[in-house]
Amino acid sequence: MSNFIFGRYLPGNSWIHKMSPQAKLLISFFFVLVIFLANNLISYAMLIVLILATIVLSGISISFFIKGIRPLLWLIIFTVLLQILFSSGGTPIFKWGIFSITDQSLINGGYIFIRFLLIIMMSTVLMLTTSPLALADGIQTLLKPLKRLHFPVDTLALMLSIALRFVPTLMDETQTIMNAQRARGVDFGSGSIKHRIKVAVPLLIPLFTGAITHAENLSTAMEARGFTDSEHRSKYRIYKWQKRDTISFLVYILVAVLVILVRK
Amino acid sequence: MKNIIEVKNISFKYPEQSEIFKDLSFEIKRGEWTAIIGQNGSGKSTIAKLIDGLYQPMSGEIFVDDLLVNEENINKIHKKIGLVFQNPDDQFVGATVEDDVAFGLENQLMSTDEMHTIVEKSLKSVNMWEYRERVPESLSGGQKQRVAIAGIIALAPQIIILDESTSMLDPLGRKDIIDLIYRLKQELNLTVISITHDIDEAALADRIMILNQGQLVEATDPNDMFSNEDKLLELGLDVPYTVKLMDALRQQGLDVPHRYMDEGELVKWITQLK
Repeated sequence: MSNFIFGRYLPGNSWIHKMSPQAKLLISFFFVLVIFLANNLISYAMLIVLILATIVLSGISISFFIKGIRPLLWLIIFTVLLQILFSSGGTPIFKWGIFSITDQSLINGGYIFIRFLLIIMMSTVLMLTTSPLALADGIQTLLKPLKRLHFPVDTLALMLSIALRFVPTLMDETQTIMNAQRARGVDFGSGSIKHRIKVAVPLLIPLFTGAITHAENLSTAMEARGFTDSEHRSKYRIYKWQKRDTISFLVYILVAVLVILVRK
Repeated sequence: MKNIIEVKNISFKYPEQSEIFKDLSFEIKRGEWTAIIGQNGSGKSTIAKLIDGLYQPMSGEIFVDDLLVNEENINKIHKKIGLVFQNPDDQFVGATVEDDVAFGLENQLMSTDEMHTIVEKSLKSVNMWEYRERVPESLSGGQKQRVAIAGIIALAPQIIILDESTSMLDPLGRKDIIDLIYRLKQELNLTVISITHDIDEAALADRIMILNQGQLVEATDPNDMFSNEDKLLELGLDVPYTVKLMDALRQQGLDVPHRYMDEGELVKWITQLK
């Protein structure tokens, strides 16, 4: 599962790594909103420059970002094609049955493509530079106001950090179970849909029972180490909003203002 | 010496299963290394969970350091006892090594500065400080168990219970963990209870208890136990390597003394032969 980058964290010491997770989360949301405001070439160009600058600042090789895009490539191509083939307006270049390609639809397709790219790049920066624990902590900080509505923010954060920590463990186990079932003659990945659903059962059931065993043992181990509830705990890591967070946010706001100014 | 753990007439059963323990009693002395051995299903792991208050006995009482194990004292009991479980993956709560060691301290509402000092000290004592930023999947089984031990050392318990903690490790990792626990026991003056299948590990203990069908069969020191190998084999248990070797030597006509010898002693005895 080496090309699976979700939940993969690359430790580092860059500007972005040192930012507080709540700032990174906020900036990511903000950036996604700004992407939808952009609607012409100059605004997109500005956003591309911004994200490239962010990637350079994170000190992570570009190949990781390409890896991040790869699993979503089909979705991107499909959406872009739909946009190109079915949108109306503009000067038609090509027409065949219900399909038509216009200059406008080509431009729209291009924009959709860039939007996808920008969103994936941004979320990849966030995932790669933020440890699962920091991410869970950032979400906990941002959701704190919901506590007034009796929303269990701390429990959610703990669940999230445990879930993220177990992603690689469960991926490994999936691989082991698949190999074990293959050794016993189960053929994954070929045959009719009905067959494929059938062969998923000898994979899913051991995976579920394994997860339940993990949960049971983990909860016992947590209890033995004095865990009572998720609210009455102190914190080993403290992520404070720092100067660099404010500076970064200001840069993003500046670009957002520019984007709004140049949009049509 | 005073007893640190006293188990008095406890009975226990899991729901919808037959009784595991009936009227079981035993004591564990302060500062001793006790090994609990027994076949699968003899209730070894259940004992550990009962002592730590994770399960409640149906009847009878357990005292840990003069504290009755019940709902009220549970937090104090958890502080006194550190449990290391079998599967290294299932007890790794934190996202990284450091965070995992800090987990228990966070539960105690300790201040951040204090936690950082203790985490560093604990990780250094198990030689895992350089690995502090690593994630669990990049560690070996033995390294994960070291982290689990560091997490427990951080809580400064008086008792460490190893619940088959070495059973999923390779021989090297196993020896490594046992040596580590032995060193920590001396340094921190701990009481150690090791629940194990590994007879060679049990041979290191000051005292061995055999659990058989919910009953305590023996509570003696290794010398007594291993000189009576027929009894061990009868209970479906193995004997240590040196005992097997002594047996083989006897069959070759050598006059081997009928007492338990560990590796060093046996080597010494053999070199004395002419």
